[in-house]
Amino acid sequence: MAIVHVDEVTREVKRMCIEANTNLPADVYQALVNAVGTEDNPAAAAVLKQLVENADIARKECIPICQDTGMAVFFVEVGQDCRIVGGSLTDAINEGVRQGYRAGYLRMSVVADPLERTNTNDNTPAVIYYDVVPGEDLVIHFSPKGFGSENMSQLRMLTPADGVEGIKRFVVQVVREGGPNPCPPVILGIGIGGTMDKAAVLAKKALLRPIDRRNPNPSVARLEEELLELINNLNVGPQGFGGKTTALGVNIETYPTHIAGLPVAVNVSCHVTRHMTTRLGG
Amino acid sequence: MTFHQSRRGCAKKPVVAAAQERMDVGDAYSMACPVRLTVPVADKRELASLVVGQSVLLSGVIYTARDAAHRRLVEAILAGDELPIPLQNEFIYYAGPCPAPPGRVIGSIGPTTSCRMDSYAPFLIEKGLGGMIGKGTRSKQVIDSMIKHCCVYLAAVGGAGALLSRRVVSAELVAYGDLGTEAIRRLEVKDFPAIVAIDTRGNSIYERR
Repeated sequence: MAIVHVDEVTREVKRMCIEANTNLPADVYQALVNAVGTEDNPAAAAVLKQLVENADIARKECIPICQDTGMAVFFVEVGQDCRIVGGSLTDAINEGVRQGYRAGYLRMSVVADPLERTNTNDNTPAVIYYDVVPGEDLVIHFSPKGFGSENMSQLRMLTPADGVEGIKRFVVQVVREGGPNPCPPVILGIGIGGTMDKAAVLAKKALLRPIDRRNPNPSVARLEEELLELINNLNVGPQGFGGKTTALGVNIETYPTHIAGLPVAVNVSCHVTRHMTTRLGG
Repeated sequence: MTFHQSRRGCAKKPVVAAAQERMDVGDAYSMACPVRLTVPVADKRELASLVVGQSVLLSGVIYTARDAAHRRLVEAILAGDELPIPLQNEFIYYAGPCPAPPGRVIGSIGPTTSCRMDSYAPFLIEKGLGGMIGKGTRSKQVIDSMIKHCCVYLAAVGGAGALLSRRVVSAELVAYGDLGTEAIRRLEVKDFPAIVAIDTRGNSIYERR
């Protein structure tokens, strides 16, 4: 049985908050660099070059890539043979967010109540999903999620008859309707199956996977590739100025679903899609 | 009409026409040769020379304001109260920056999505606002108001907040400090890069011919 102290969790979460927000993940950075060479629309190429330069500045000077340092989203895998001591795991994660957002000069973007809208001034609470899994590890996945793109996300309860073609139509429609607003080139996390809520969580989880890694299921991987091509033919382009680079990646996660349903959630994310993982315990 | 009645949020409407053709904007010349603009402008008629797709380098003074600050500004306008900032010929930047780390004037500061300000913007444009800086589409109401009052809408690159922060020379909190990042700040900028997204005639970079 592995033992993890909550102070260790807080320390790691604090570190992840700062690093994820200042250092663009290699998969996304490389995709931006690759895209520069493919654009012959000068406005599109100019934007992409600015984005690469922006990521370089952020990394070198340790300042946030984007001022929207997001709402802190965590997927935590708790090994059933891992014992957490010293206090509440949820409190420890929130304390890490509090410390990280202060120490990293990150933006406080969370309001305490969606209707009254007073800023909590420490970017807590985080959104945390827990999974209990076999083993001794405590694995923490972190993704600060910006809301320019979050606001353009959609969910639809398709019918089994809609099938793969219905999914394609819906996903393309989401990107077209979002247009320039979610800061294209975008990255899409798509959840297919489960229940309404399960599809939405899967869509968020899909954004944690590097965009250069396809779904292990060949037919799902093929759908990811087909969707990417369809979206990049829309001519939305970087910042909506037109061009071939509307999306950098499409990640799909699936789950068994009901005989009557085909839930599809599209979580839109921007070109500053940040994701990090840390492993504690066993 | 009050802004409550006119608010429709960011309508999810197709902004890209079915046709794959795009208008000839952002051509190599206008991208490579930005015009320099000093803000606030002395006369709004200067703005009429800006054409959609043209790169611009802004220098001078701009004010940050986003959702919560706009709400307060429009409430003040409707109540007939004095405003905390001038609007005539001025430029508002839709942005909520990161805090300034030691040794810097401001943290990361890219544009936020402009359509969330659409229900408020016409009230400010009527008061003489010269321009807005943000990202993404605008409503027909905003564009109509821009045409009527000779106002321009510029897009800065969303997500390039680190780069843009280096073009801010000074920053000063001027109003609504309780709003945190959403407070109004007076920024002095030097060569702040943007592109004309909607010009004073209503031509939009987001509309495809």
